[in-house]
Amino acid sequence: MSTARSEILARITAALGHRPPAPPVPRDYRRSGSLGPGDVERFADRLRDYRAVVHFTSAAGLADTIAEALRRRGARHVVAAPGVPTAWAPDAIRSGVDSAALEGTDAVITACHVAIAETGTIVLDHDAPDQGIRALTLLPDYHLVVVRRQQVVAGVPDAVTALAGVRTQTWISGPSATSDIELERVEGVHGPRTLEVVVTR
Amino acid sequence: MTFLGMPARNLVGEPFPVAARAALGDAQLRRNLAKATGTIRAKRASVVAELPDWAQLRASGAAIKDAVLADLDTYLLRFEAALVERGTTVHWARDADEAARVVTGLVKATGTAEVIKVKSMATAEIGLNDALADAGVRAVETDLAELIVQLGDDKPSHILVPAIHKGRAEIRDLFRREMPGVDPDLTDDPRALAEAARRYLRHKFTTVDVAVSGANFAVADSGALVVVESEGNGRMCLTLPRTLVSVVGIEKLVPTWQDLEVFLQLLPRSSTGERMNPYTSVWTGPAEGQTSHVVLVDNGRTATLSDPAGRAALRCIRCSACLNSCPVYERTGGHAYGSVYPGPIGAVLSPQLTGVRHNQTLPFASSLCGVCYDVCPVAIDIPSMLVHLREKVVDVRAANAESAAMRAVAWAMSDSGRWSRLLRAGRLGRALGRRRDRIGRLPPPLSAWTDTRDLPRPPQQTFRDWWESR
Repeated sequence: MSTARSEILARITAALGHRPPAPPVPRDYRRSGSLGPGDVERFADRLRDYRAVVHFTSAAGLADTIAEALRRRGARHVVAAPGVPTAWAPDAIRSGVDSAALEGTDAVITACHVAIAETGTIVLDHDAPDQGIRALTLLPDYHLVVVRRQQVVAGVPDAVTALAGVRTQTWISGPSATSDIELERVEGVHGPRTLEVVVTR
Repeated sequence: MTFLGMPARNLVGEPFPVAARAALGDAQLRRNLAKATGTIRAKRASVVAELPDWAQLRASGAAIKDAVLADLDTYLLRFEAALVERGTTVHWARDADEAARVVTGLVKATGTAEVIKVKSMATAEIGLNDALADAGVRAVETDLAELIVQLGDDKPSHILVPAIHKGRAEIRDLFRREMPGVDPDLTDDPRALAEAARRYLRHKFTTVDVAVSGANFAVADSGALVVVESEGNGRMCLTLPRTLVSVVGIEKLVPTWQDLEVFLQLLPRSSTGERMNPYTSVWTGPAEGQTSHVVLVDNGRTATLSDPAGRAALRCIRCSACLNSCPVYERTGGHAYGSVYPGPIGAVLSPQLTGVRHNQTLPFASSLCGVCYDVCPVAIDIPSMLVHLREKVVDVRAANAESAAMRAVAWAMSDSGRWSRLLRAGRLGRALGRRRDRIGRLPPPLSAWTDTRDLPRPPQQTFRDWWESR
């Protein structure tokens, strides 16, 4: 193995020859902070394009909005990431759920780390207690995620900046989908087939 | 064909003109391809037009990749150190066979009889599924299109959608025939087909304990790996099994996390024509108690790096915009290229990975129209590179009919009397093609020309004679 390593490194040295310095990288695209705050209306529009369900509510109305969404869904067995405030979903189970149990779960509730208006993307930090381990938001067929208004940033560069140092991430843009049959988009394959997003104003 | 040195079975096929002729005769294939590539071209164009800074992102993406290539060893060592520090075991492989051997060894060590796979071009390139099968391990492809290819014992024909050559009715028939436990009344509605795949694979995701992935990006300074996908099969494979082996080409690096702000805009819009793909997974070192291995693969990449005029092919982020836009690809499909990397990028990458000696027809599989360069999100000048590779092919070819003809013409043209006599002699060709005023078919070796296009019938008078008589 170490032979392979040293040989590949030697091949690179030989391939690069006298090694002229690489030209500087131009960075004149719209960088982090250049677009101002994220537009939540645009964020919601983008999400709806992906066939996600989007609601707006106030901080005070959050618990009712979540309860109403779960009722509409007919979800009985509801799990929340361990750090999700009790007030959001008082009856949700918050610990001791393994993969087998998650398979039988009707709904999962989490918060998020950051959201992107321009692309309708929500990013989870799996080391954050209110977002939970990866399997939590993968195995149930329905994911309800709460996005606080101030978490919505304008573009991808803003989100990448906000995610510096976050070790384990999932970027979610709508429910799972495939375009593998005649390049026609079908929503709902292996991941949650329904994504419901509650944005607090 | 005998291969000298590196075996390259997944990068070389039949000569392109031979394989293309068969593909062109398949009307169903051409209908499937025209429909699929037409759809994706329109989607791509509309989401690319939305970004006012697309040109700047593209220039930046190209420059970031060039910076990595210019100091590839430095970035690889940095990446390795970051991985090791966080508990990932790093392996290196010089060629396809060594890479397949390393992965197979790691898989066998777990004692599993089955692995689940995230769609990965690198594992297709190294022929991993065959190597695993030889070792008694079944590899289950979990991407829908890869699954279609695997169930049909078929070959991939597109980088992003390996089953693009199959229509929905063909897929329904295949699932009915080959998918264990499938509904015998399955329809050809894409929704129903996706649902059938979901049911079939769900059990695999929750029971198979070893996964193999590739990576779209590898971040040198943190050791983060990134997988960009749509269906959630990637998340399943990366999350649930206890052992994860990731096969990563050495050109997949970006220097820093912040650089992904460029590529996570360029890739989804170029690839599926979406503002963002449904799921992107990022992990930095083993996540949640997993065991994690990374296999860094050369397999011709350092040879590609050694040619300054061909090196930029290593910028490729495997979006497949060039395939979707190429008039040649749209007509021949991917199989004609004989490589896991088809289309315009395949025509410049495959011959460089294998050495042009082993892949002499692909640099000619293009009309040089240039649309591939226009749509490339990392600005790879594919047309110029094709011309460069054609020169290399000519250099390695032994004297053949074409070079003999060129030498004869050079001799004739070096003397004006000789040249005039030869041109007049060309009028003898008027004996041919009287009916249509075109010559449709000539005997070998001239048939090399007339096999693919007509030859105009020579005029009654040469230009020189006309000029002198006016």
